[in-house]
Amino acid sequence: MNDNIYGYLAEFDTPTQLVEAARKVRLAGYTKTDAFSPFPIHEIDEALGIKRSILPFLVFAGGVTGLLTGLALQWFVHVFDYPIIVGGRPYFSLPSFIPPMFELTILFAAFTAVFGMILLNGLPKPYHPVFNVPRFALATREKFFLLIERQDPKFDLQETRNFMQSLNAQEVFDVDE
Amino acid sequence: MQEVKKIQKNLHPPMVEGDHSFASVTDIISDRTLKKRTPYGWFIGFALAFMVAQSLLFTVVYLVITGIGIWGNNQPVGWAFDIINFVWWIGIGHAGTLISAILLLMNQKWRTSINRFAEAMTLFAVACAGLFPLLHTGRPWLAYWLFPYPNTMGMWPQFRSPLMWDVFAVSTYATVSLLFWYVGLIPDIATLRDRAKNKYFKTVYGLLSMGWRGSAKHWHRYEIAYLLLAGISTPLVLSVHSIVSFDFSVAQLPGWHATIFPPYFVAGAIFAGFAMVLILCIPLRHWYGMEDFITKTHLIFMGKVMLATGLIVVYGYAMEGFFGWYSANEFEVFMIYNRVWGGPYWWFYWLLILCNGLSIQLLWFKRFRESEFWLFFISIIVSIGMWLERFVIIVTSLHRDFLPSSWAMYSPTVFDWSMFIGTIGFFFTLLFLFVRFLPVISIFEVRTLLPDAQVNHGHHGAHGELNDRPNAFNESINDAQGAEEK
Repeated sequence: MNDNIYGYLAEFDTPTQLVEAARKVRLAGYTKTDAFSPFPIHEIDEALGIKRSILPFLVFAGGVTGLLTGLALQWFVHVFDYPIIVGGRPYFSLPSFIPPMFELTILFAAFTAVFGMILLNGLPKPYHPVFNVPRFALATREKFFLLIERQDPKFDLQETRNFMQSLNAQEVFDVDE
Repeated sequence: MQEVKKIQKNLHPPMVEGDHSFASVTDIISDRTLKKRTPYGWFIGFALAFMVAQSLLFTVVYLVITGIGIWGNNQPVGWAFDIINFVWWIGIGHAGTLISAILLLMNQKWRTSINRFAEAMTLFAVACAGLFPLLHTGRPWLAYWLFPYPNTMGMWPQFRSPLMWDVFAVSTYATVSLLFWYVGLIPDIATLRDRAKNKYFKTVYGLLSMGWRGSAKHWHRYEIAYLLLAGISTPLVLSVHSIVSFDFSVAQLPGWHATIFPPYFVAGAIFAGFAMVLILCIPLRHWYGMEDFITKTHLIFMGKVMLATGLIVVYGYAMEGFFGWYSANEFEVFMIYNRVWGGPYWWFYWLLILCNGLSIQLLWFKRFRESEFWLFFISIIVSIGMWLERFVIIVTSLHRDFLPSSWAMYSPTVFDWSMFIGTIGFFFTLLFLFVRFLPVISIFEVRTLLPDAQVNHGHHGAHGELNDRPNAFNESINDAQGAEEK
């Protein structure tokens, strides 16, 4: 038994087995857990108790910021800093300002969605202890993994290992720190 | 029972053919990049495309040294090949966004295996499109003047001009398309990273994948971000071609000043784009052995989309004629007369009707829709037709404007052609590089299409009602299979 570990990783063959095991892990009271799969599985969110992300609110805020930036920029340029009449239109010609405002809304919202997702996910993170398990390379191909971290208050070197073995896992691995 | 199954199969045709597992899907698609010998055909195709791209390089160098006088543009035809090709390329790009965003929101499974290279096509087409207005400025090294930044000249761009809107629309479109494409690639690049044996490839894919490990928490945010991106790309793609059409319709020139332009341009863009997707994916599925993922069903669906959008475009042509007559404005009436039968470019108009209006009528028939040869052939014809459409709109409207004293003919010079053909070479060069180094089909999304990807709810009825979160990837397949089991 290795003392210096990050947690235990169990391998499964199918998404159904993974979701069933995740439910049991959650019911057993573990909280510092994670699952790994080669494609998104929606049932896992509820099985592991993953909270709904705040990302949509951030994206909305990003979009509103873009809209206001577009409005403020064009007001500054055409009303405040360099007022000049073009085509007989008023300084503040809102209908003409709508396309740039719209595009900036989209641009800021898209940036927030992508970089918000990446940063909330804690990426880029080239190293993570789970990569120390050689079989984990299959998590991006065909296998499903369930992790219980050592940080978990309920974690016990022996008991947790026995518990994970009882989940119909193919194999349980020590994840080196 | 048998009948129900048959109807189900017609309603939800399988999107992956053959007997596949997660591993086999992964291997087939990623081995193309990692393991299989690069086919000789790739080298030949790449070399040809790269050679053609040199004519772009040559023209651009000559153009920058000499000035845009080397083109055939004159007065009154101040806009010609540069804007025709710009609109043509950007329209082609729109199918990629339509496939990746709009079809995702509409839960169309068949987008899954074609979205990756359709998005790549979008990016490369936008890159080609952007070259034309950039070089048409005459001093491309000062193109940053188009962006609003505080400068020592104390000047600002003119935001009331559609050309300024165009700058914002196209640069936003290029940026968002790149982000969308990259986000879709992250999990697949992680797959390549884990499967690559070559040290350098492993490092590069490792950097690009940012340490993606397929964590459930990450997938959760990933799917939200992907769905939101699709949600904001949908109005974006419609806005981009609307704004491109404003370049014309906000002007007062007869033939340009029409309210039907935005929807008519958007439909035309999607029409041209699907033609290009078909041109690319019919050879790709054969040469790269992807028949199981890009099935006949995909091709038939694309043929149907082409027919539908083509008919909208034909409606646009009919409305242009009707408006010309109904406006009772002598300039509008003259424009139609000049365009359709009285002017020197009348045969362009009829060639356009032949390419875009008549050729697609074949797609009403199953025989043509199901034949790869005919789909490919019609797509080529449509691509030519859509180019002619922009020629008709731009050149025939400009060359006979309000003042007969300023009328003139337009003919392209050899540099107009070498630049246009050069961008086609550039486009295919980028595509060849793409199919060599990145997975051409979204691997993780194809995995979700397999029956094995379904979580069996059977033993957990009590949890069923908690699983009602909007589900971008799996829902309708679930339904189809649920119904089949019953």
